[in-house]
Amino acid sequence: MSDEQHDTPHTPAPSLWPIGFAIGVACILVGLVVSIPALIVGALIALVFGFLWIRDLFATRPVDSATAGAPSEDPAQFGAVTEADLGTSVDRATFLSFGVLPSFMGEGVETYQVDLGPISNFPEGEYVIATFLESPEQGEVSRRTAFVRNNGRTEDGVPSFTTLFSRCVHLGCPVQPNGPIDEEALQEVNGVELRPVLAASFGCPCHGGLYDSEGNRSAGPPVRSLDRFEFSIKDGNLVLGRIFSVGSVEGTGAKARIAKYYRAYPGVHVDGIERFLYPLPTPGSTS
Amino acid sequence: MAVKSTKRRQLETVALYPLDWVEERSGLVGYTKWFLFRKVPRDISWAQTLGAAALTAFIVQTLTGVFLAMYYHPDPEHAYSSVVNITEEVTLGWLVRGMHKWGASVFIILMFFHMARTFLFGAYKYPRELNWIIGVLLLVLGMLEGFTGYLLPWDQTAYWATVVGINLNATAPFAGPFLAQFLQGGLNIGPDTLSKFYALHMLLVPGGIMALIGLHLYLVVRLGVTSPPWSKSAAGRVRPETNGGGREGLIRPPATEEPES
Repeated sequence: MSDEQHDTPHTPAPSLWPIGFAIGVACILVGLVVSIPALIVGALIALVFGFLWIRDLFATRPVDSATAGAPSEDPAQFGAVTEADLGTSVDRATFLSFGVLPSFMGEGVETYQVDLGPISNFPEGEYVIATFLESPEQGEVSRRTAFVRNNGRTEDGVPSFTTLFSRCVHLGCPVQPNGPIDEEALQEVNGVELRPVLAASFGCPCHGGLYDSEGNRSAGPPVRSLDRFEFSIKDGNLVLGRIFSVGSVEGTGAKARIAKYYRAYPGVHVDGIERFLYPLPTPGSTS
Repeated sequence: MAVKSTKRRQLETVALYPLDWVEERSGLVGYTKWFLFRKVPRDISWAQTLGAAALTAFIVQTLTGVFLAMYYHPDPEHAYSSVVNITEEVTLGWLVRGMHKWGASVFIILMFFHMARTFLFGAYKYPRELNWIIGVLLLVLGMLEGFTGYLLPWDQTAYWATVVGINLNATAPFAGPFLAQFLQGGLNIGPDTLSKFYALHMLLVPGGIMALIGLHLYLVVRLGVTSPPWSKSAAGRVRPETNGGGREGLIRPPATEEPES
């Protein structure tokens, strides 16, 4: 990501696959008139190059494993990565913007930066329910809930937060904390509602999924651990970013090791042998 | 043969002239007779009317749906309030909405009864296999209507039921996440989801249902109504020997090779 890319609109990297695909289609058309073998050869060429082209469009970055610390304390860098990546996804969408294709290119998937206010509002070792509008333009439909716990600092001295997304990873219902909510301590920080809660586990009202305090499944139908928000700290404020999926969490609090994957739909396996049923990443989750 | 009075002949001419006029130019009178004036087995019963009942339910859904669409706003800010407005303010709006809401279940239930009758009477057998297949597609499209219509009131039930429904689709191997993304227009339900479901519910799926109902009825008229299995009159008919007669003129005969002179 050089600075140059930020200032000029950039197009997808040049690729020869579309040309091969076009040659294949031309062969099919000629074959229709001339002979069946030419048609079959054309179809094979178009299939192979079409596949390579599609694979190119869905090119992925490797899945990584993250510790519980803040990924980056440099706000400029954190913002830059997101912005540049959104650019390429928009270009692809305008390139193939018809029919159902936009949904295959991850159009409409955006990462929002949500400022939850000063980290002093998050007492160490306790969960706080944060409800907020992910996108004020979209309104109430973008209301999300995060369960945030301040874990103090990691061994490297980096601030550590557990930031669970309330969406159940069984079928997407809203997970509830199992414990009393302190409604009197309700705080509102620029549109974000913060409610302290004594929660040792989280339960889902729809089909009985149960998660422990790290978001690991302890009972019920969920197939992985609760999704989490990436977070950063800007000017002493806790800022939530992209949502990612979690295979499982080892350890607790600041010492947790999180198996981090691109965001997947609820009910989709990210690890184990079942992950081979979902070979392509969710559109939009990698950008 | 009784001699008709002049007056009666004049009256008949006046009444029949428009029919003859239409028939001469379109043949529609003949087609209508072909469609409506059919012979049916002597021992049919109310069981054979379930298909027509399902069709009636669909027509009710279409008509009430058109009137609801005049007052409904498919955007997140106004969807719920427009539904409340239909129910509480618009004259007889509660009735039209109620008919659409309950009629949806009636339509699905009648389709299942119709399907059960067809299955139990063996009416899916030769030569009606294709009509069974079309019927199954109609059932699938009908359920899709139910799924897309359920989101439109935009209340808590609608929202969370659709969240679960979409995520159920997402768990299908390989294609699931893409299907969910197509339905949702993003990783969560958003403003686009509502307008997308509205378009599917209003335009695409009903269009498909109407087209398939047309085919379904054509085949019913062409093949006739089945007798019940306990019928005493001879059931079925001899399977005619096909010689591919319908293919005549479809494929160009091979050119006869002539020696060059």
